[in-house]
Amino acid sequence: MTGFDFSNYNRNAALHAKGVPLPKATSTGTTIVGCIYDNGVVIAADTRATSGPIVADKVNTHSPSSSLGTHNHSNPTKQLTHISPHLQNCEKLHYIAPKIWCAGAGTAADTEFTTALISSNIELHSLSTGRPPRVITCMTMLKQHLFRYQGHIGAYLVVAGVDPTGIGLFTVHAHGSTDKLPYVTMGSGSLAAMSVFESTWKPNLDREGAIALCAEAIKAGIFNDLGSGSNVDVCVIEKDKPTQLLRNYIKPNERGEKERNYRFPKGTTAYLNQKIISKEDMRKYISVEEASGDPNLMEVDV
Amino acid sequence: MVGHGMTGMLGEDGIHVDMNHLKSGEVNLGTSIMAINFKDGVILGADSRTTTGAYIANRVTDKLTQVHDTIWCCRSGSAADTQAVADIVSYHLNMYAITNNEAPSTQVAASLFQELCYENKDMLSAGIIIAGYDPKHGGQVYSIPLGGSLHKQPYSIGGSGSTYIYGYCDTHWRENMTEEEGINFVRGALQEAIKWDGSSGGVIRLVVLTSRGAQRHLYLPDTGYTGPGVTN
Repeated sequence: MTGFDFSNYNRNAALHAKGVPLPKATSTGTTIVGCIYDNGVVIAADTRATSGPIVADKVNTHSPSSSLGTHNHSNPTKQLTHISPHLQNCEKLHYIAPKIWCAGAGTAADTEFTTALISSNIELHSLSTGRPPRVITCMTMLKQHLFRYQGHIGAYLVVAGVDPTGIGLFTVHAHGSTDKLPYVTMGSGSLAAMSVFESTWKPNLDREGAIALCAEAIKAGIFNDLGSGSNVDVCVIEKDKPTQLLRNYIKPNERGEKERNYRFPKGTTAYLNQKIISKEDMRKYISVEEASGDPNLMEVDV
Repeated sequence: MVGHGMTGMLGEDGIHVDMNHLKSGEVNLGTSIMAINFKDGVILGADSRTTTGAYIANRVTDKLTQVHDTIWCCRSGSAADTQAVADIVSYHLNMYAITNNEAPSTQVAASLFQELCYENKDMLSAGIIIAGYDPKHGGQVYSIPLGGSLHKQPYSIGGSGSTYIYGYCDTHWRENMTEEEGINFVRGALQEAIKWDGSSGGVIRLVVLTSRGAQRHLYLPDTGYTGPGVTN
């Protein structure tokens, strides 16, 4: 048989009719923002991923900059000298081109795949024309792709970058509508973030001012929106400068050192008597094999 | 929300189903838009509010969209739908101008809009007003409401806010107004629409289309929509 097999559709419809709920996609209850400044554009995002009430991804274990210790003194600033999209495992800041980045809200899988697809097409387009890609091109490709799918691709994006025509900052909604603004917010935390922009934004910001404002807006989302949380990621795209990804730029939710613990010292429990059974004694009843290698290691550790 | 498995615009009981529905979470242009003829050409006007439910997604939206040098449109309904339609029309008018080595007439633009709005009427929620100036026909105003019909009018109003200004427009409208009179008419009407319609608001944007080309105006609520006026 050729073609698609839709037999599962009938099964799922029957199950759904009997009250079995549909599986939930991982949705990024998210705060994402963007803001232009005199010489470039900043986008920022929180780092929480949720599916329903469960925080699906709290600590990014793939990130090379995150360390296991609670005290991370390493500089979170990372220079992107040669950018590989696969190594930069960013939750919500997506690579499109060296100087065009995207912040995504909505369905995590959709933002991931949509930005990856457009990134690929933008690179091919850039190679074919022999010119650096433009933000407006990226925005148009995104809106036409999302419009075709009539909102079923749940990607809500902030597109930002610099190109030979200047600085670009856009929002793209899942249904395919776009807006062009000097400062933008999206996701469930967009209301909290927008309140920061609307009360403190002023024209002609400089680089530091724009980063601080974006970080403050994300923090408003982290603290006031249930769907947002953890850390602040920032991406700075500036004219004539390499793009900077400031991963975990602010960590407002570090785990505090516990004041007490439940570890009891050896000998805490009183006992009436003890009996030590040696290996030799056990050999009388069962066969005992000597483990190879370090006796302190369990087999699973090898 | 219209359920799936039904045919056309009819529900199971054969009763007309609301075709002006929006998909959940869709960006809506709860709008006040208008375009008028005046002595030297046409004037387009719009508020600047874009909403998703109760939230204002953009308070400085530009609902006046250029599809050719002196052919513009006012968009109302779904933001995604109207942007997509305007982009397609813009593309075709560009091609038309290149292949015929002549600028398209306003009627050609309006017909393109109508084709898209009529043939895809069950997928679109778009109410569009087209206004343009060409040397042969002067200023012209066309309106395409929801079903995809096309109406040539001396002036046209649209969007949710327009219901509040039928009376205003009817009493204040005059043929062959001067540019200043025309601007005051549009601005006054939109000011009323914004006042009464909760889905309209923000700034008032105008575009004046004459033989001299396109000129943009902006009127801010801070000063009671009195200025700053011309912005290019």
